[in-house]
Amino acid sequence: MTWLRAPLRYLPVLILALVWELVVRLGLVSDQILPALSDVAAAWWRLMVEGDIPLHAKASFGRAAYGLAIAAVIGGVGGLAMVQSRTVYRLLNPILQMLYPIPKSALIPLVLIFFGIGSASKVFLIALGCTLPILLSTLNGARGVDRSVLWSAESLGASRLATLWEIRVPAAMPEILAGLRTATAFCFILLVSSELLISRDGLGYLIANFGEAGIYPEMFAVILTVAATGFCVDRLLLALSRFVLRWQAPS
Amino acid sequence: MSRPGHATLSADRLLDIAVPAALLVVWFIVGHWKLVDPFLVPPPADVFKKLWQIIADGQLPAAIGGTLYRAVAAFLLAVAICVPLGLAVARIAALRWFFDPLISVGFPMPKVAFIPIFILWLGVFDTSKIVVAAFACSFTILATTVGAASNVERAFVWSALSLGATKSAMLWEVILPAALPRILTGLQIALPIALITTIAAEMIMGGAGLGGTMMRAGRFADTPGVYAGIVASGAVGFFLVKCLEGARRHLLSWHQEQRETQ
Repeated sequence: MTWLRAPLRYLPVLILALVWELVVRLGLVSDQILPALSDVAAAWWRLMVEGDIPLHAKASFGRAAYGLAIAAVIGGVGGLAMVQSRTVYRLLNPILQMLYPIPKSALIPLVLIFFGIGSASKVFLIALGCTLPILLSTLNGARGVDRSVLWSAESLGASRLATLWEIRVPAAMPEILAGLRTATAFCFILLVSSELLISRDGLGYLIANFGEAGIYPEMFAVILTVAATGFCVDRLLLALSRFVLRWQAPS
Repeated sequence: MSRPGHATLSADRLLDIAVPAALLVVWFIVGHWKLVDPFLVPPPADVFKKLWQIIADGQLPAAIGGTLYRAVAAFLLAVAICVPLGLAVARIAALRWFFDPLISVGFPMPKVAFIPIFILWLGVFDTSKIVVAAFACSFTILATTVGAASNVERAFVWSALSLGATKSAMLWEVILPAALPRILTGLQIALPIALITTIAAEMIMGGAGLGGTMMRAGRFADTPGVYAGIVASGAVGFFLVKCLEGARRHLLSWHQEQRETQ
């Protein structure tokens, strides 16, 4: 009966979907305000077949992937450099303290001025916004390594680079992966809001476009696509961290 | 990492001021000799002039006030609903069965994508922005509260039970205090999300507030206005984060963590 467990667990989601369909079909809520779920599903199928969603999704995912990759490299390298060198730490820390409290969405008009409405502005925005969580989690993880482990390695003649790569990075991995998960959440927020605001393609643009035209089943279909993608990417990241951390004792 | 001694400490303090000062000097040089297109990086004097101008004519204080009001209202709305709900979900099996999957599905969804739906339902004014921001941070608060209240140390609960604690005493005197540190950590994550979403909603829905003001500055190519807005929203973020840290110190003055940090 194990195959029943997953559907049973998500039964409340199914109930909610059913309630959605029923309140519209019974006329309790006007379909001008909430299109019926079946209409949304039909709209989704049309958009998939006609290629609108795949086309715009490709634009969005490209931006997200480039932005996140840049953030992961800069954040990871920066965090490790801050752990290895006290000078780097002292120089970067005041800048981090300054940048940390800025709400990342406030950077949207800045990237608009610098890069216009193309892909570059979104990639840069995501890279800017996601570097900090990755850098801070790398720093915190690599700094919190058990001293005695480091001392044993040094007494066995490990070089600084070896202790970094063999001890600090693996020990920091849980926090780095947690930071990556936070960064991905930020990435989606920044991607969607910048595409809603300053774009000519991408899923966010598609949502805004259908919204302004008043084509609500299609708008709901794209919104649910984005939401489902966010959920799936998060699940993939969780699976990835379980795989990477499989050497760890289960907590 | 921290070596004891006054020399290191004062050197760090010095760098905390020296690094931003050095950046300011670089910015001044870049602006003065026009090393970068002044449209992209205007000289600091222009930005400060702009900053002073929109402070003096009341535009910036009004925008900051509006954004602060909406972000805090959204945060408090989310706390008022999600902390009690989270405690109930952790304690009552039927609620847990219903909400657990909804939280785990809803938590990782990018909530800003739902902004056009809220525009459709509630319009583009204060109510709509506040509800959007509350919705965006509510899943974080709900998830951490459920987690915190479900993982209270058994020994506390058993001792209280054996001493004859009533249900309400159990909730108020045992569960809530024991869960409070983790709930507060959740709130400290949720407040920046509320602010980010408020500003994004202000940009998309328009109107007064930092988001709307900055977006207009961006569209009219008023670069100093954009920089002034970023500085102002950084200040708002800093202020809110510090407020919550203060609240944490006050609420957990009895807790071990405060003694460790002193």
